[in-house]
Amino acid sequence: MPPEIVVEARGVHKHFGQTHVLKGVDLTVEKGEVVVIIGPSGGGKSTFLRTLNFLDRPESGEVRIAGMTMGQAPAGSGRITLSDAGLSRQRQQIGMVFQQFNLFSHMTALQNVMCGPVHVLRTPQAEAMADAKRLLALVGLADKENSYPGQLSGGQQQRVAIARALAMHPTLMLFDEPTSSLDPEMVAEVLQVMLDLSERGMTMVIVTHEVQFARRAADRILFMEDGRIIEEGRPADIMDSPRNERTKQFLNMVMGEL
Amino acid sequence: MCGAGLPKGFGLVIWDWSAFFHYIHSPYLLTGAAVSLGLSIGAMAIGLVLGCGAAMMRMSERPWVRGPASVYVWLWRGTPVLVQLIIIYTGLPQLGIKLGVLASALIGLGVNEGAYLAEIIRSGILAVPKGQFEAARAIGMTWGKTMRIIVMPQAFRIIIPPMGNAFNGLMKTSSLASVISMEELLRRTELLVQVQFKVLEIFMVAAIYYLVLTTIWGFIQARLEAYASRSVAQDRTTRAAVPVAAIAVPTDAT
Repeated sequence: MPPEIVVEARGVHKHFGQTHVLKGVDLTVEKGEVVVIIGPSGGGKSTFLRTLNFLDRPESGEVRIAGMTMGQAPAGSGRITLSDAGLSRQRQQIGMVFQQFNLFSHMTALQNVMCGPVHVLRTPQAEAMADAKRLLALVGLADKENSYPGQLSGGQQQRVAIARALAMHPTLMLFDEPTSSLDPEMVAEVLQVMLDLSERGMTMVIVTHEVQFARRAADRILFMEDGRIIEEGRPADIMDSPRNERTKQFLNMVMGEL
Repeated sequence: MCGAGLPKGFGLVIWDWSAFFHYIHSPYLLTGAAVSLGLSIGAMAIGLVLGCGAAMMRMSERPWVRGPASVYVWLWRGTPVLVQLIIIYTGLPQLGIKLGVLASALIGLGVNEGAYLAEIIRSGILAVPKGQFEAARAIGMTWGKTMRIIVMPQAFRIIIPPMGNAFNGLMKTSSLASVISMEELLRRTELLVQVQFKVLEIFMVAAIYYLVLTTIWGFIQARLEAYASRSVAQDRTTRAAVPVAAIAVPTDAT
């Protein structure tokens, strides 16, 4: 049986003004696979991740997530551009975790996690609350359900944000530098939650600078620079014997003393 | 009684307490104050609807959506509301548009207020971090739901103080409707003065009525601010080690 494909991106291009940020990026991710994207800042990693759920709409190329062509719907023999409501429906299947957490600051942790199911999926309150409590327990924050984001540490906020994304029961999870704005002592608690998720078989695409985490959690590592994927392979191959000179330089830099 | 040291009877000429106390509970003036309040609330409601619409339109990427809203704000903020009221009530009939006194006053004050509120609301929305919007979109909220459930409640907290000031101003500005013969507080005061001649006493009563209205509104505004800031205020309480369980959970946010 052929593996089930969750992400299929073909020839994704994106400009911001005059800057050509993505220069034809392709990616295929199988169900249950964990793909980590590394590379220097400004290389287009985050932008590429954001084109996967169309927070940034690519100018050309195609993104298919779990069989849906993002931003488009079949109409007769051709395709039409999806409405805002249609695109929002597609996004329900894609969880996203941001560098700055972006928890809804006027809601408690529990309300943050319940928000999507209640307002988007129209799940009954009681059911959504039970599921939200289960997810908060899963990320180790059962005792913080009534706290507002401003009362939580960065690591706690990020774990609530992961629970909020999981509450939609997504097919795919996107992580945009989830530990980059955390104090060092809080990085581990977030990475642990992500490791647990990967062990549960969640399909994930992760942009991160945590190369040690990548080695442990990733099935595949992509090195991205200047809007292109320059090298990809299994963690051990990429990290121990990178073929590309730029990959080598970058890894030396982020791993320090090498 | 207050004229000690002055020639006999002169005190009554200066200030007539009995007239003052008579008019301060005059049903005629009280009704006028109620009309002023009603007119202000009505105009504020119109202003909020127009202001929200114009604020959203001004943030659109499309020039043909943004343009009309900008012209509206520019025209109405750039001309005196008194002139606007007179044009609506006295000028428009020339074009065959005849509006009653109440309709003219409500439209004139409401549309003018909308132009100011548009700017207040827009600044409130812009003050909500972009990440809030993106996180809402990422969990599959439509643009409308994102605004209603995530952005507006947070913008609301930011705009209560300037919006409260706007309403305070509006309650006083509503007195301008007297020039188009709207029988609100000021107009009734003037009418009363024309027959009773107790100019100072009656106008003081009117001033006190306005003061009472704006003072009560001040209290209401303070309560609104406290309510809207509850998630922020609690930040400070945790630092003071208040147990999480002791914090009331608002039930309306989900």
